[in-house]
Amino acid sequence: MKRIMRRYYTEAKYAKLLGKKIAWITSGGPVEPLIAMNIIPIYPENHGAMIGASKLGGKMSEFAEGLGYSQDVCSYVKDDITSSITKESPVPGGLPEPDMLICSNNICGTVLKWYEIQARKFNVPLFIYDTPFVHTEFTDEAREYVNEQTKEYIRFLEKHTGKKFNYKKMKKVGHLSLEAMRLWKAVLDTAAHKPSPLTAFDAFFHLALIVTLRGKKVVVRYYKTLLKELNERTAHNIGAVDNEKYRLLWDNLPIWFRMRWLSDKFASHQAALVADTYTQAWCGVIDLIDENDFLGTMGEAYTRIHLNVGVDQMADTIKTFIKQYDVDGLVMHSNRSCKPYSFGQYDIQKLIREMDIPVLMIEADMTDDRKFSESQVETRIDAFMEVIKQRRK
Amino acid sequence: MITLGLDIGSLTAKGVLLKEGQILVKHLIPVGYNSKKAALLLMDELFEKAKIKQTDVQKTVATGYGRNNIDFADKTVSEIICHGRGIHFLLPEIRTIIDIGGQDSKVIILDDKGNVANFVMNDKCAAGTGRFLDVMARAMETEIQYFGELALRGKNPSKISSVCTVFAESEIISLVAKGENREDITSGIHLSIARRIVSMVKRVGMKPPVAMSGGVALNVGVIDALQKLLETPVITTPLAQYGGALGAALLAEEK
Ligand code: SF4
Repeated sequence: MKRIMRRYYTEAKYAKLLGKKIAWITSGGPVEPLIAMNIIPIYPENHGAMIGASKLGGKMSEFAEGLGYSQDVCSYVKDDITSSITKESPVPGGLPEPDMLICSNNICGTVLKWYEIQARKFNVPLFIYDTPFVHTEFTDEAREYVNEQTKEYIRFLEKHTGKKFNYKKMKKVGHLSLEAMRLWKAVLDTAAHKPSPLTAFDAFFHLALIVTLRGKKVVVRYYKTLLKELNERTAHNIGAVDNEKYRLLWDNLPIWFRMRWLSDKFASHQAALVADTYTQAWCGVIDLIDENDFLGTMGEAYTRIHLNVGVDQMADTIKTFIKQYDVDGLVMHSNRSCKPYSFGQYDIQKLIREMDIPVLMIEADMTDDRKFSESQVETRIDAFMEVIKQRRK
Repeated sequence: MITLGLDIGSLTAKGVLLKEGQILVKHLIPVGYNSKKAALLLMDELFEKAKIKQTDVQKTVATGYGRNNIDFADKTVSEIICHGRGIHFLLPEIRTIIDIGGQDSKVIILDDKGNVANFVMNDKCAAGTGRFLDVMARAMETEIQYFGELALRGKNPSKISSVCTVFAESEIISLVAKGENREDITSGIHLSIARRIVSMVKRVGMKPPVAMSGGVALNVGVIDALQKLLETPVITTPLAQYGGALGAALLAEEK
């Protein structure tokens, strides 16, 4: 993984020499057409995760707040804006500058302003893929609306690369992307085994490739190897957590700067976070894509992802996971940054009450360590685990 | 067998010595900045009161914020379980427990056997915690012990809309400037914290009868405001403040 990611960022760094263009794209954005056009996709959000994991998030948010951004703005945005000015980054030299920006609001409305700001700063064209929110159903009008944008998107790419769109390659990329998503799903599915061969913390780590490079061969290869390894572990009943006794589900983004601490904390209670709603988002819409018509169906698939649907559907997804992974409790990260993810959490709690499992709410942020209080989180986790243990008795 | 339960909170340290299911002595001291030192002092005073030696104690369980600093305890258990156990011992019929602590507020739901079935805690900020009351009492220049009684005398509770401790404080200052009377403002303050707690109660789903544990249970203003908003009696016991420590001592007895 480290090697693949290093190669990816190195290639991006020397993109100009290689005659390749760079597009910055949002994490939920339609990346496959970029890969088909040989454009290197760069994900500021993935970079944000790295900044978080390197414990630079608080400091970089503070810098952005000094520029006038509010405390309440998503810390990925603040990390990115800061890094593009100071060049401070876990990637040597920071992210390579973009030739164009691709923004889809299927994850949140924040990205629109974020990408507009960066489009002004770098003076590059911006394409917005606008996905209507799916409160209850996906209408024919909505389908037509997004499909029209797919066509526009392709015209945008042709215009700014000066090349004709490569439909032949797109077909291949579509297949590879779908194959990667299926493999990713298979990887996550292994956690249904008791004991689980992987935890959500592992999934957060292995996630990087399906986010950044899906549609490329290396991703398929990587997940095939990973899946083989996990299947071997399940065959031998090797769990990711020693003596796994309790199984939990995680909701929302990870707390990147506290992964180790949290995983040790849960493991000390013999609890494994076996699944999460976040990493599942990259394989949740497989069924909506037609393998032989990727371009024609991706609009709907990208519109109906986990963050762009109503709370009823989110709650249904969580209920499915509770059953599929047979979990004893749900841990919700109420994330100060990510409003679309955190906003409905209390409603979801109510909607899943019939499942009769305890729910823990942790207040934090995915990268801003100023929003994390260790002793408070610790007390809550301890109490939560005691309740789960008591219920087992 | 004699067991010791220590509840080292952020403001006060409480201890209970238990002998064969009977409370031998209980004691409470302020914590200060060094919780371990406070715990040691508390123990000395407890032993003196009970006229026993440390070696007479078979088992010690610690709870509360400072629990992990108490390295001589046999076990540490979170406040949730301890308050649940303590209140169940004192008031066996109770199903919902409200505890407003210095840093944390919690609502605990018990099953028929007195086990914790579910709980919620306040989110990270100080609104809805005991700290809120402390700050407000200071803003009103009232001793915290008399704060609740003052609230009961309010006829038309002032409206305090901010849930943030800092903002609420400035809201109060402007209410004072406007000439609203102390009793009404104080009453408004108590309703404000009660509203925060009630939303937590609703979140877990209240099961009557309801009791209050912890030091704030001594505040009649809070009890009154909670009863009004919950539309159900809120029961307390003079030992409410020792709910956590008692629970810890009981748990020590168990294993
Ligand atoms: S608000 Fe949420 S979805 Fe939007 S960029 Fe931030 S983390 Fe991503």
